[in-house]
Formats: sequence, structure tokens, C-alpha cells
Amino acid sequence: MKLRKNIATSEEGFIFNPTTGDSFSTNPIGADILTLLKEEKSFPAIIKAICVKYEVNEIQFEKDLDDFVSQLKDFSILDLEKDTPK
Amino acid sequence: MEKVRYERPIIQKMNTGLMNKFGTRTEFEPVTHIESVSVKSLISDYGSPLFVISEKQIRRNFQNATRIFKTRYPKVQFAWSYKTNYMNAVCQIFHQEGSWAEVVSGFEYEKALGNGVAGNKIIFNGPIKTDSELVKAAQNGSLIHIDHYDELYSLIRLSEEFDIKPRVAIRVNMDTGIYPKWDRFGFNFENGQAWNAITRIINSEKLELVGLHCHIGTFMLSPQAYTIAAKCLCELAWSVKEKFNKTIQYLDLGGGFPSTNTLKGAYLPGSDTVPSIDQFADAITDVILGFGFKQEDLPLLVLETGRALIDDAGFLLGTVLATKRLSDGRRATILDFGINSLFTSFWYEHKVSPAQAFGDYTEEMVLYGPLCMNIDVIRESVTMPPLEKGNHLVVHKVGAYNMTQWMQFITLRPNVVLIDNENNTHVIRKAESLEYLESLEFVPEHLK
Repeated sequence: MKLRKNIATSEEGFIFNPTTGDSFSTNPIGADILTLLKEEKSFPAIIKAICVKYEVNEIQFEKDLDDFVSQLKDFSILDLEKDTPK
Repeated sequence: MEKVRYERPIIQKMNTGLMNKFGTRTEFEPVTHIESVSVKSLISDYGSPLFVISEKQIRRNFQNATRIFKTRYPKVQFAWSYKTNYMNAVCQIFHQEGSWAEVVSGFEYEKALGNGVAGNKIIFNGPIKTDSELVKAAQNGSLIHIDHYDELYSLIRLSEEFDIKPRVAIRVNMDTGIYPKWDRFGFNFENGQAWNAITRIINSEKLELVGLHCHIGTFMLSPQAYTIAAKCLCELAWSVKEKFNKTIQYLDLGGGFPSTNTLKGAYLPGSDTVPSIDQFADAITDVILGFGFKQEDLPLLVLETGRALIDDAGFLLGTVLATKRLSDGRRATILDFGINSLFTSFWYEHKVSPAQAFGDYTEEMVLYGPLCMNIDVIRESVTMPPLEKGNHLVVHKVGAYNMTQWMQFITLRPNVVLIDNENNTHVIRKAESLEYLESLEFVPEHLK
């Protein structure tokens, strides 16, 4: 799972999708997750990295990450090709 | 390395368009204390959900309203509207401040007596009064406000049977330009019904007509309507003096002053649109003072203000049970209190605040109650910080009508706590238990 190649992100949490022209904003933890997704980190790696930095346990964060990722999919920010069975 | 405070990741699409010039600030300032008592300690001591009432705020509201009216008119008397909140502790605060009692049923009448209110300081309103209740009220010298002809004739009959002379007023309804007209209560002014009722009372010589009453509506947003109502009552009082040489002792303008809650469908928040009590006081007292009564004949002005005196003294504290995402992408937050406890969420867009600090990011969400019923929605759309299971919330301005209209449905009614003037907390109504509820039930032998 990774971000679409042409998605522009900033450290402040601003996201721009040039394909649709949509802009988004996210909070600091959201920006961290997007950075990790950009680096093509796996889910477990993202969970580990976030739980090291933030005051959160893995179970709670996994639930919130699922929800966040589903929104990224809805907003066409994630590249789903790799997930789609051929 | 010290860890960063966690906040759920959120992403929001940015929409461009015209700015809303009426746009109001998002309400996510945390409310961590009620008066000086922390929300956290209240919930840990008394459970969640929890109704909290501030005695200080009630007294502030009452003293403010009294000052506003008494600086405009020489004879003013408030009567606490029991149906707005009839918990005894609440009623006692109003009675300590000098309020009479205004009741609308035999049950409320008994409550007022139980609270030590003198019979002649109880106003008995409403369409339901049994014969025995009428007799008791008459014998106690209470002020019986007659709602319909059946009641009027019952009173005449009872006064003969029991050799009593009830002190009465009639409730008058009139067209004040407000829709809906509350013409289901009392006698109509425009078609002469009110005057006929007055004539019947005076001619009977069995009843003592002491006052005139109206209650033109609820959550009234137009002071002008009270001007019209006051004029109608003054006209009737004037005519009574002219025709029967009898002085009407008091004019009761009823209740209906709004709180600063925001009504559903309102474009702007109630705090920006609701007229002040000063405006209502001007509307009423200008008419009575300017009507031409002699100084010694000026009637006592009675007010049955409820909501405006208690709404902002009540808070509902609650806890987030869960969060989820709806099929259309909206965030849903499920709380541990629903419409069964917060009945006024049917009418108001209640202001809801988080009870702990959050970052600057917010998201739009629906606030649901815990009931397994689709209608259990506290707020259809509200912008809040990213809430998590276990977070606490504070709902504001819930003092009026919730602790009387709440339903025991699916869950039990919670504790109600009073914070007194010294910030001590007192349970003034215990949370209900299964045992309490079932104590009223009986199972026939063959079903055991």
C-alpha cells in the first residue's frame, strides 16, 4: 500500500491530488502516517513507528489506522493497484 | 524520549467557496470544570451519564430577572414553574429566593405543599384538576386559574357543596401574532369568551375573582407578543373595575421567556438571537404602567418564568462509548446518554463541549445516544475534536424540562448532583435501579 505517485504532501499536513484537483488537510499524526506510506512502509512498521512516537497502544492505533486508510482510499489518495487481485 | 500526546489521525477535504459571514467559532474549547468542580471527579464519584445543577447559577439567574423587573415595576412576584424542573432541591432554591409555586397537576400541587409553600402562594394552572384537588386548593386559599367552562361550573358547584369561596383567575388566550396560537388553553379574548367567563364568575358570587392569567407560548422570541398579551389583560382588568367596581389584584403573564439554547433549524445560535429578559420586561411593564391604573390599583405582576431561569444552570456529563464511520464517510460518535435522558435534544441543537484538552484539529460528526433505536440522535452534525472511547463530554443548558420529561426507556435514569454555593456536591436524585423500577410491578400467580 502506498500513496499515488502524483499526490503532493507537506510536513504541515497539506495534501493535494492533481488528478482530481482536491485538497485535504490532516493533523500531525496523519502527516506522519502519510510520510510513512510514501516510504512504502508496511502496516506493522507504521504501527510500530507511531506507537514509539505517540502515547498510544497498538490495539487502539490499529483501529484508528484502519479508519484513516479507508478514508485515504475514499479520497483516491492511495494507490490501490497493488492491493487489487489480478 | 517523551512521547507525543496521541490524537486520532484525521483527514478532511478542503472545500472552497464563499465564506459564511455569519460563521461562528467551532465549539471545542474544553470544559473541564462545572463551577469549580472537575468533570473528571464528578464522573468518577457519581458515574456517567450525570446531570449536574449549579445552585449558584440558579440564584444568579433569579436575582438578575428579579432586578430587571423590579427596577421597572413596583409589584413583581415570580412563581416557580414546577413542570420545568420539579426536583425538590431545585424548587427549594427558588422558594428560598422568594418564588411562589406554579403547578399544573395535583401531583405537582402536593409537591409544592411538601416543599413548605403556603397554600395562598401556590398557583394552580392547567386543564387537569379533579374535584378533590379543587376543593383542597380552595380550602388552602390557593390561586386557581380556571382553564375551561367545565372547570368553572365544577368550582361553582363545589363552592356550594363545601361552603368555600375559591380565589380564582381565568386563563385568557389571545392573538398575539404568534403561531401556533395557544387557544386550547383558557378562554378566548377576541370572541368575548373571556369576558363572559369573568361575568359568570362575578355574578355567581361563589368565587372570588382575584387575577387574570395568560401564557401565550413557549420559547417566545418576540417581546412584542407580550405587549399585546399585557394590553388584553389590562383591558379586561379595566373593564372589571368599570362594570363591577372590582379591582383585579394581579396580572399573571405566565412563562415562555426563552433560554439561549439554539432551536433546531435556527440559522444563528440562540445566544445571538434570543431577546434579553430586559426586552421582555420593557414590553410588559411599559403597557401596565401606561394603561392608566391608579397607583393603588396597580396590579401585582406575576411571572411564571421557568426555562430562562434554570436552563443554563443544568449540565449533562457523559462519556464516549465508541466511534465509527458511517457508509457515507461521516464520523459517528456513540455516547452513553441518549434522547431518553436528554429529551430536549428533540428541540435544540445543544452545545456540546469536550471535557479534556485536544489539539486544534476538528472533524464533523454525528452524536448518537446508546439506544438501539434509530431516532436516538443528540446532534445531527457537530464539529468536534477527534473523540475517542472513554472521553468525557459536557452538554450545556439542559436544566429545563429534561429532569421532568426524561424517559425510563432502555436505560435507567442517572444521578442528579447539585453543586452548592460553596462548591460542595450533593446527590439530589439517586440513579434509578432495577429494584426501584420493579417495585411497582406485580406478576400474577399463574405467570410465576
